[in-house]
Amino acid sequence: MQTKPTALKILDVVSLILLGISTYLALFFAPTEAVMGDVQRVFYFHIGTAWVGLLGFVIAAVAGIVYLITKDMRWDRFEVAAVEVSTVFFFITIVLGSIWARPAWNTWWTWDPRLTTAAITELIYIAYFMLRQGIEDPEKRARFGAVYTLLGGLSAPLTFMVIRLFRTIHPVVIGNASAAAEGGFSMTPDMRTAFFFALFAFTVIFVDMIWHRLRLGALEEKVEQLKLNTSL
Amino acid sequence: MFLETIPDTSGYMIAGYAISFITMGIYAASLYIRHNNLKRDLEILEALEEKTKKK
Repeated sequence: MQTKPTALKILDVVSLILLGISTYLALFFAPTEAVMGDVQRVFYFHIGTAWVGLLGFVIAAVAGIVYLITKDMRWDRFEVAAVEVSTVFFFITIVLGSIWARPAWNTWWTWDPRLTTAAITELIYIAYFMLRQGIEDPEKRARFGAVYTLLGGLSAPLTFMVIRLFRTIHPVVIGNASAAAEGGFSMTPDMRTAFFFALFAFTVIFVDMIWHRLRLGALEEKVEQLKLNTSL
Repeated sequence: MFLETIPDTSGYMIAGYAISFITMGIYAASLYIRHNNLKRDLEILEALEEKTKKK
């Protein structure tokens, strides 16, 4: 039976510490934004989770391509891990955005280009798991998953770029803001510290969760193989 | 007209952080539970396979 590697145990502890520090920086260290008040503090986790969410979808697309070339099931496992962890983080991004929008835009949701592409991206990957479950043959499932994540992966850069390409009310904190954007702000040096630390912390947490999900995938494969053997 | 005081939006902030931690907690718990269930399944299946080999 595989035991948890020491490096993973260390990564678990480091991830928890980083999450704690990031929360402290966001809630207490960064100054209160003058126009929006405390709700602006959700921005640090909003961006942190969005970063790893979209990164994971791109990683899954790359893993899908490598699977199609090599036919090595480890890449399929990696793709599933990346999609699952990213779907969870991206869900947090969308919920935090909605919570921020209520006082900033006076609505929980609006069909703005950014919000729409983000919602579509999340739905694409929820559907990914539903469709995968419907395929019994592991190789067929992996092939389907690879092609699906390859096409779905296009939604990640689109979601990122949409506020830079179209007229939108979603603020662009880094780069040139849209003329219609509402709720934008300039970051002070302390805000930047909290912001970049959150990006770093969520990247480490993402790696930690991917590792856990990979171990789970390996176990799933073993069980599936044994089930096939015993049923023969 | 200028805003003289910072608006109190702390309730939204608390809700946001609470949901973030709850979601991450649920996911971490789901990984742990699924891992334990699979380990149990594996043990049962290995025992079954051993039994059929002996026969």
